[in-house]
Amino acid sequence: MKNILEVQDLTISFHTFAGEVQAIRGVNFELKKGETLAIVGESGSGKSVTTKSIMRLLPKSNSEIKAGSQILFEGKNLAELSDKEMEKIRGKEISMIFQDPMTSLNPTMKIGKQIAEPLIKHQKVSKQQAKERALELLKLVGLPQPEKRINQYPHQFSGGQRQRIVIAVALACNPKILIADEPTTALDVTIQAQILDLMKNLQKKIDTSIIFITHDLGVVANVADRVAVMYGGKIIEVGTVDEIFYNPQHPYTWGLISSMPSLDTMDENLYAIPGTPPDLLNPPKGDAFAVRNEYAMNIDLLEEPPMFKVSDTHYAATWLLHPDAPKVDPPVAVKRRQNKFPEMNSVKGGK
Amino acid sequence: MWKYLLKRVILMLITLFLIASLTFFLMKLIPGSPFSAASKLSESQLAIMNAKYGLDQPIPIQYANYMINILKGDLGISFQFNNTDVTQLIMNRVGPSATLGLQAMIFGTIFGIFLGVIAALRQNTWLDYGSTLVAVLGKSIPSFVFAAMLQYYIAVKLGLLPVAFWRGWEYSILPTIALSIFPISIAARFMRTEMVEVMGSDYITLARAKGASSFEVAFKHALRNALIPVITVLGPLAVSLMTGSLVVERVFAIPGLGEQFVKSIQVSDYPVIMGTTLLFAALFIFIILVVDILYSIIDPRIRLSGGKN
Repeated sequence: MKNILEVQDLTISFHTFAGEVQAIRGVNFELKKGETLAIVGESGSGKSVTTKSIMRLLPKSNSEIKAGSQILFEGKNLAELSDKEMEKIRGKEISMIFQDPMTSLNPTMKIGKQIAEPLIKHQKVSKQQAKERALELLKLVGLPQPEKRINQYPHQFSGGQRQRIVIAVALACNPKILIADEPTTALDVTIQAQILDLMKNLQKKIDTSIIFITHDLGVVANVADRVAVMYGGKIIEVGTVDEIFYNPQHPYTWGLISSMPSLDTMDENLYAIPGTPPDLLNPPKGDAFAVRNEYAMNIDLLEEPPMFKVSDTHYAATWLLHPDAPKVDPPVAVKRRQNKFPEMNSVKGGK
Repeated sequence: MWKYLLKRVILMLITLFLIASLTFFLMKLIPGSPFSAASKLSESQLAIMNAKYGLDQPIPIQYANYMINILKGDLGISFQFNNTDVTQLIMNRVGPSATLGLQAMIFGTIFGIFLGVIAALRQNTWLDYGSTLVAVLGKSIPSFVFAAMLQYYIAVKLGLLPVAFWRGWEYSILPTIALSIFPISIAARFMRTEMVEVMGSDYITLARAKGASSFEVAFKHALRNALIPVITVLGPLAVSLMTGSLVVERVFAIPGLGEQFVKSIQVSDYPVIMGTTLLFAALFIFIILVVDILYSIIDPRIRLSGGKN
C-alpha cells in the first residue's frame, strides 16, 4: 500500500523557563492509505505533540520543530510550509478531532455555521450549498433531527452528540488524513463504543486514513490496523495490531499489556508499571525506559537501542532483541498471549 | 422576553423611588440653605423666601410634596438660575455632555478593544508592551493633565483644532479624546486578558485545525467569546462618561451637566441636585438592563429569564 504520510526524524523542543524540553526525540513512522494507525503511550510520551505538529498547531511562541524533521505529505514537507500554505491543508487534506467535545466547539456559534465554515473556506461553495452539505454531514454522523438542530448552539447538545458534530466538522471536506486525538477519552463507556463504531463506518464510506491517539489499549484493539507505542518522546515499538498485542517485544509494551485487565486472568492485582515517565528536560542517556525496566541491562543505561527488526511490519527498540542479549522470560500475561500468536498468524490480521 | 422586560421595568421604578428618597434625605442633612450664601437677606426676608419655596414646612411634608410633583413629571424650579424649570435646565445642559460621552465611549471602546486584541494576538512582542504602556498611562494620568497637554500641543502649538468652547463638532474632538483615554485603557486591559484566555481554548485550536486564518480565528471565533467581561465594565463606565465629566468640561469651557451639578451642590440648589441625580440613576439602571440584554445576545448560554425558552 502507498504511504500517504511519512514522518522522518521528527524532533520537537519546547522552550520553557526551566530550559529546553525535548518532547519529541526523533520519531519515524508512516501512514498508509486507508489504514488506521494507533499511537499509544502514557501521558507526556509525546503522542499529542506529534500529531499537533503534523497539523502545525503547536504554539509558535515556545515550540520548535528542529531542522531536519520531515513530515512528508504528497511530496511536501509540512514542517517547512508557511502559515498560508498550511491553512490550505488544515481542514481540507488533514483534519483533527479533539479529546474533549465539551470544550472543542465554539459556544457562541451555531453548529451549522461551525460545520459549514471549512466548506466555505476550502471548497468555495455558497452559504446555501454549505448548509445542505452540513445537513448531510449531520445525518451521516447520526444526529437526529438535523434540520432543527443545525440552528442550535453547542450547549444544547450532550457530550456524545457534540463529538458527533466535531466529527462532522472534521469530515466536511473529505480529508485524506483524519487525526483523532483521544476522541473517546472524555466520553462515558457506552457512548465511546458508539463513537468508535461511527468512526469505523465512516472510514469505510469516505476512504480516509486515520491516526488514532489513545492510551486505552482496549480502544486500540477495536479500531487499529497498526500500532506505534511511544515512550519518552520516541516510538519504541511499532507493528500490526496482532503483533503488538500477541507478540510484543519491548519491556514497556509488556508493561502496558500486563496492566490491561483481561478476562482470562484470575489475578486479583492489576499490574502497574513502577516509577514515573522520564524528565525530558534532561533526557536520560541510553534507553529512557531503563530505570523503570526490571529487564534492563547495563547497556540500556549507556547506549540507546536502535530499532531491531522482528518482522517486515514489526520493529522494536530494545537491546533484548540483540543477538548477544540473554533470553528473558516476559511477564505471565504477555507469555499467555504470545502462546496464542502462532495460531493468530495463520488468520489474516487486522481489525 | 416581554414578561421579563416588564418585570425589570417595575424593578427599575422601585429602585429609582428608593434612590430619590435616599438622595432627598441625605441632601437635607447637608447644613446650609439655598439662601444662606446670599447672606445680605434679613431674618424676615429669609422667612419669606423659605415660605415661598416651601422650605419652612416639616421635612416629611416637603418630601411628600416633592414625590407627588415628580410623579406629575415636575422636577421643580432652580433656586440659583432665575427660577428656571429644572427639566429645562437639564435639557439645555445634557446635550454637550451626552455628545462628548457617547463619542468618547464609542471611540474609546472600539480603539481599546482593538488595542487589547492586538496585544493578545502578539503576546510578548513590542505591540503587546506598547498597548500595555498606553493602558497604564491612560489609567494613571489624570484626564485634566491629558486635556491640558492636548490643548497646548494640538490646539495652541499646531493650531489644528479649537482650544475650548462649544460651537460646533470640531470643538468636541479634543475633549472627546481626553475623555476616551480612560475607556481605552480599561477596554484594552480587559480585552487582552480575556483574549489570551479565549485564544488558549480548545475551540480556537479546532477553528485553526479547520484552516481558518489567524484573522478569522481572532474576529469570528475569539472576539465574541471574549466580550462578556469587557461589556460588564464598560456599561457603567458609559453612564459616568455620558453624564458629564466636571474636569474635562471645565478645562474645555463646555457648558455640560457635570459643571452644573457641582455648582448646585455648592449652593444647595435642591431641585437641580435631585433632578440630576435622578437622571444619572435612571441612565445607570437603564444601561444595566441594556448590558444584561447584550449578554444574552452575545452568549446564547445566558438566558434573560429562567424557565423555557
